[in-house]
Amino acid sequence: MVAPPIPHATAPVTRSGPTTRPGPLVAATVAILVAATFIPLGYVAWSAVSIGWTRAFELIVRPRVGELLLNTVALVVITVPLCVVIGVGVAWLVERTDLPGRAFWRPLFVAPLAVPAFVNSYAWIGVIPSLHGLWAGVLVTTLSYFPFMYLPVAATLRRLDPAVEESARALGSDSTGVFFRVVLPQLRLAILGGGLLIGVHLLAEFGAFAMVRFDTFTVAIFQQFQVTFDGAAGSMLAGVLVLLCLVLLVGEASARGQARFARIGAGVPRAATPIPLGRNVITAQAALAALAVLALGVPLWTILRWLWIGGSDVWVLDDIGTALGQTIGLATMAAVLTTVLAFPVAWVAVRSSGFLARMVEGANYVTSALPGIVTALALVTVTIRVAPPLYQSVALIVFAYVLLFMPRALVNVRAGLAQVPISLEEASRSLGSSPSATFLRVTLRLTAPAAAAGASLVFVAVTTELTATLLLAPTGTRTLSMLFWSFSSELDYAAAAPYALVLVVLAIPVTLVLFRQSTKAAAL
Amino acid sequence: MTTTLLDVKGLAKSFSRNTVLHHIDLDLQPGSTTAVVGSSGCGKTTLLRLIAGFENPDAGTVTIAGRQVASPERAVAPHRRSLGYVAQDGALFPHLTVGQNIAYGLPSPARGAQVRARVTELLETVSLDGSYASRRPHQLSGGQQQRVALARALARKPVLMLLDEPFSALDTGLRASTRKAVAGLLADSGVTTLLVTHDQEEALSIADQVAVMRDGRFTQVGSPQQVYRQPADRFTAEFLGDCISLSCTVAAGIADSALGRIRVQQRVADGPATLILRPEQLVATVVSDGEGLNGVGTVIATEFLGHDILLTIDPAGDAAPLVVRQHSLNPPAIDAKVRIEVVGTGVVLE
Repeated sequence: MVAPPIPHATAPVTRSGPTTRPGPLVAATVAILVAATFIPLGYVAWSAVSIGWTRAFELIVRPRVGELLLNTVALVVITVPLCVVIGVGVAWLVERTDLPGRAFWRPLFVAPLAVPAFVNSYAWIGVIPSLHGLWAGVLVTTLSYFPFMYLPVAATLRRLDPAVEESARALGSDSTGVFFRVVLPQLRLAILGGGLLIGVHLLAEFGAFAMVRFDTFTVAIFQQFQVTFDGAAGSMLAGVLVLLCLVLLVGEASARGQARFARIGAGVPRAATPIPLGRNVITAQAALAALAVLALGVPLWTILRWLWIGGSDVWVLDDIGTALGQTIGLATMAAVLTTVLAFPVAWVAVRSSGFLARMVEGANYVTSALPGIVTALALVTVTIRVAPPLYQSVALIVFAYVLLFMPRALVNVRAGLAQVPISLEEASRSLGSSPSATFLRVTLRLTAPAAAAGASLVFVAVTTELTATLLLAPTGTRTLSMLFWSFSSELDYAAAAPYALVLVVLAIPVTLVLFRQSTKAAAL
Repeated sequence: MTTTLLDVKGLAKSFSRNTVLHHIDLDLQPGSTTAVVGSSGCGKTTLLRLIAGFENPDAGTVTIAGRQVASPERAVAPHRRSLGYVAQDGALFPHLTVGQNIAYGLPSPARGAQVRARVTELLETVSLDGSYASRRPHQLSGGQQQRVALARALARKPVLMLLDEPFSALDTGLRASTRKAVAGLLADSGVTTLLVTHDQEEALSIADQVAVMRDGRFTQVGSPQQVYRQPADRFTAEFLGDCISLSCTVAAGIADSALGRIRVQQRVADGPATLILRPEQLVATVVSDGEGLNGVGTVIATEFLGHDILLTIDPAGDAAPLVVRQHSLNPPAIDAKVRIEVVGTGVVLE
């Protein structure tokens, strides 16, 4: 699954200068969207209230929940630090040392993002069929998610002013001392941001864990849904899951404290002098090669092996074609709609201050952490009770994608919008263009690259989305990930292989976009 | 009021309890150039933005060519005010060529050939070759960007041109030449211009009317000569250039000071006061023997600045040392006795 890049590096962009009050149309659109983002939370609160406290208490305090809680917490507590060690280690090796082949390694460790976690799980089962439980979950998700740590840390390392490290050296620290006393503290925000992103993904992941028979809250909620549909037990599990997400958010926010990215002064900072690895270069190369084999080699090898075993029989081109068409159709609709709707939201966040702008920031922050299963469950419940015809309609699933992936589009559109100087819009206004003409001729034109990046992120997120798609897709919908899932659930791994391959190929261009963005952010 | 092109009355503006402009009045005559000068943060840019329509006033009105465009109740949108606006950095659209930038504001029915001809004409107006039309803004120097921004603003034949610190982004050499070129061009085109700047030399050299602003109020509005030679208060005097202030006693329009008796420009009451002179009004000439005479002092330090030299002179008596600036040919040596003569009249502030 490809997720938003470097959450905090591009996050709150404050502008000095005038703030404008949004017009009624923009304000209404944004208000509706913000209200919609509270549907999942509202659903959880409403079901807790409607079930009644006694029953809710019974459903929450029981051994099964305890077991899920233990599994989920253990997963987060083990996986996130592992990702920190691997992500920071790799970033430091490729950014700060004289390791040969850095230009080759640098983009390679972003590439695991092109392999959805459930495809990775499938690959590992292909290699070790007996793989299951907590350690299987840790193995697969660590290999899938460490790039979320690697990307922001590498970008930050590139931005750090080498003069600070040189001063530390002059004050008597050796390279180890400099790393722990000077470099690591400056990476704190990147590590916290990456850690939050990984934590949120761990809580939301379904396919990867279901495949290795490891029960987390999301897996249990999905199973509950299949058994009881809109049951009280499922919604109470969702409630606990939401609480876990909020714990992560609050934890990250309080660890981050008031710290912000330090601005580097004017002028181009010098490139850091690479640290010579000496004899350790062989160990480092071996470690990176091993990581690459585990994170990329295994999935590619398994997919290719199943394709080889399956031969030409697994290439049912009609089915693959239909699935590809449906996937691209849904993903395009969702990507375009999400990006279009991201504009008024981003505009309010960047250009105005006040209640609405603060609500936008807050809502975006919370929804970006909510698992897809909660949103999907909420939409199922709401449509069945309020608008039954909408249930399992294309409109509903696209709406779910908009809610789920708005933060990804928003991060990009907002960064793009913040880079358009207000003076350009003012120049356009003084040259006789109306506000809407100015938006089309200047603002939109200059934001287009960022919007395209955001749209492509949403596109890939939709193609690899599994939980909400399984719950909400109209009957007869067969997307790539749904077919992959149904084949691999039936243990027909060879038939699933072509879908895995197409999913990976679809994600590769967007992974490159992510890599380019992180290098560009460093150049700014 | 048909003779004023821009009429600003009682304009006030606050940003979150912080009052930036207090009751500003300003009139611009057609075809004239007015400079609002003040230090950064004094509110001059806010005034310009209120006139341009990027902000709306809390009180007061703005009238352009007889049409009221802004009041607290009603504001005409910026694109309907028919004025030109050139921002500090030029604000050229980075995604358009120079030609497309200039053509941006031209009415849309215009045909391709007409647009090209007009763009070339405008480029020539700002002394740029027609071949620049196909370039991108980032391929131009700062001065060229500023000229393109001006050409772009002139394309719509505005009745009023607003310039927001248009030369401050340029380096010193370029600033003087661009300023001269722009001043000439605006004078030729006859467009009424309002310019804000923090550079007093720029304001004094380019404008017909100078308004000095401090903390959201005008301290003085007048011709460059008036505001420089007859400053209304100490702030205005010091803001527009170096000052020499001397304590004096005024009697019948003559100020009696350490530099002798100097005629006062304005009518003032008799009694003790402060006399303000400009350094260029003082001339120090070496005298062989003038011990004890009024207006004779001793050079205690010199500072060579190339074209000019600064002489620090200790006048006789208990007055504080004076600094005299004059050209550096054959300067008096340290310890030389000099006679300080005052050219022209002084201004007395209470």
